[in-house]
Amino acid sequence: MSEKYLPLMATIAVFVILFIAGGLLYPNFFSTLVLGNILGDNAFIIIAAIGTTFVIISGGIDLSIGSMIGFVGVVMANLDSAGWHPLASAALMIVFGAGYGTLVGFIIDFCEIQPFIITLAGLFLLRGMCFMINLDAVPIKNPFVLEFSDMGIPLFGGGWLSSSAIVMLVALVVAVIIAHWTEFGSAVYAIGGDAQSAKLMGVPMRKTTLKIYALSGTYSALGGVVYALYTSSGYPLAGSGLELVAIASVVLGGTLLTGGVGFVAGTVFGGMILGLIATLINFNGSLNGAWIMISGGLLLFIFIVMHRFLVGSLKFRAGS
Amino acid sequence: MSTPTPGTPASPKPAAEQAQPSALKALLRHRLVWPILALVLVLIVDAIISPGFFQIRIVQGRLFGNLIDILYRGMPPAMIALGMAVVISTKGIDLSVGSIIAVTGAVMAWRIHEGDSHYVILLTALCVGLACGLWNGFLVSVLEIQPIIATLILMVSGRGIGLMINLLYGGTNPSFTSPLLQGLSTGNLGLVPTRLVVGAVMIVLVWLLVRRTAFGLFLESVGGNAKSAWLSGVSSRLILLSAYLISGLMTAVAAIILTADTHTSDPVTSGLYSELDAILAVVIGGGSLAGGRIYLDGTIIGVLVIQALTTSILTSGLPPEYNLVVKAVVVLIVLLLQSANTRAAVVSLLARRKG
Repeated sequence: MSEKYLPLMATIAVFVILFIAGGLLYPNFFSTLVLGNILGDNAFIIIAAIGTTFVIISGGIDLSIGSMIGFVGVVMANLDSAGWHPLASAALMIVFGAGYGTLVGFIIDFCEIQPFIITLAGLFLLRGMCFMINLDAVPIKNPFVLEFSDMGIPLFGGGWLSSSAIVMLVALVVAVIIAHWTEFGSAVYAIGGDAQSAKLMGVPMRKTTLKIYALSGTYSALGGVVYALYTSSGYPLAGSGLELVAIASVVLGGTLLTGGVGFVAGTVFGGMILGLIATLINFNGSLNGAWIMISGGLLLFIFIVMHRFLVGSLKFRAGS
Repeated sequence: MSTPTPGTPASPKPAAEQAQPSALKALLRHRLVWPILALVLVLIVDAIISPGFFQIRIVQGRLFGNLIDILYRGMPPAMIALGMAVVISTKGIDLSVGSIIAVTGAVMAWRIHEGDSHYVILLTALCVGLACGLWNGFLVSVLEIQPIIATLILMVSGRGIGLMINLLYGGTNPSFTSPLLQGLSTGNLGLVPTRLVVGAVMIVLVWLLVRRTAFGLFLESVGGNAKSAWLSGVSSRLILLSAYLISGLMTAVAAIILTADTHTSDPVTSGLYSELDAILAVVIGGGSLAGGRIYLDGTIIGVLVIQALTTSILTSGLPPEYNLVVKAVVVLIVLLLQSANTRAAVVSLLARRKG
């Protein structure tokens, strides 16, 4: 087995161990019901994190995910009040996400501004636009929202794969195909591995950068759509700080922030590990919410140190 | 457009330069031109929309006015941004400053509750900042983890740690009273608010360290090319570690003032987004996230641009919810103007329209 699969294997192992530990601690934990809920409840953040995975594999970063999720929800809620069908407004917002991402990619490539800074400005801009539209939560009243949350596939053992989880799985399959079976996917890995060499080998830098951020924008908008339908409302503060959860999911999923190494599927497990921890702490009942933050940080630490030593063994990647 | 207006911080432009025919060109090439231009523009807009913006009065024995207010509110962010500038010059970044504020505030409230002497509390707060900086520095310099991830760990867990400290003695947002902290927050020395004096002292200390010792040179050489710095005998590890220690310490100073302002320990919201403001201030001031450069003057101007913007949105009567959008748009414009490619594109576009 190639060394590059080690982080992914470690992630899956941690998820399985945590899940089994939960099953041993709490009698009702070990069920498809809990598993289905973890998938459904974290679908929006995992979808957004899948898009971020491409950005991080390419060596960049996207900080505007949380604001995008909030913004999509607020616009969808207001369009709902104006009589739009949620699917129509969802389509509009996904197109917006793609356009926004393309613009961000253009600024990064043409103006040579670091992704960190420009997506940070994007974070402020989108969040500010949420506040400009409205300050309170607006409900989405269209009956489709109820239909959407009632849809799903029953699993064996009383579990339930909700529509959010299905959207996430479809988004995952599309992303895996893009990452591993398209020219664009190879270009993303090449740029992340060594931008200079990629350029010399004739990888179209501008086109790829635009597409990477367009993809990330599309996925975070899709995450926002799922979140808006899941909560059936638009709230201007929704999704604050989610960009960090998304980045943490990507890192836990075995993608190196130095770029060039990573798997979309790993991100799903990374996001589910974070969801699993939150579920475990909720099952315990006596533990405070602060533990979610602390255990998240601790897990991040363990994984990063583990990556560090794996990368240390792949010494050729050490130069930055 | 580039004529200096009274009331803006003077940049070190040699007077002789302005007499030469190419004075304007030389001026435009100066690295502080764009941030100062941004600050001047914000202040000009202020002067237009609210007459009397620049008035400074003496009320009850202390200075009052919008300009003082900008400095007053800008002091904690300036402390954080200076620490950030030091870290960024080593090609690093410190995402954890907001969490350091939360932890420091929580420890201060806890020790006040336990009845420690107030000077001990100040020292404890600084030590908490140093300890956080030590942790970040350890991860970055010893374990050689990328700074953005290394500091992400404390950023994710720091607010949780703050909440746990609060729970040690009950309560989610415990409040306190402290005459010393009250004095640091709202007191004044003569006419000047105390915190501005503290801020000025810290700025001078950082300036002395960076510009009057070899330390600044070491910082920039480690940020510029860590390997060649190491080959020429600079202990990169020690320099990196001290950069994060300085960031932690400066953040603790800001945390003391911010905690004194609110009289409470609120780990969830205290210092929220302060890392982003600090990084923006450094970048507006001409610093590059690619490292190798440190501009203390530019960073302070960057803080003033951001703070002046916030204050003017409040005084202009615009709803506060416009704050973020206006800030984002101005920051975007400043960033785009700093990019040589954009300037070239704008110039060629204008030339085409003329021709």
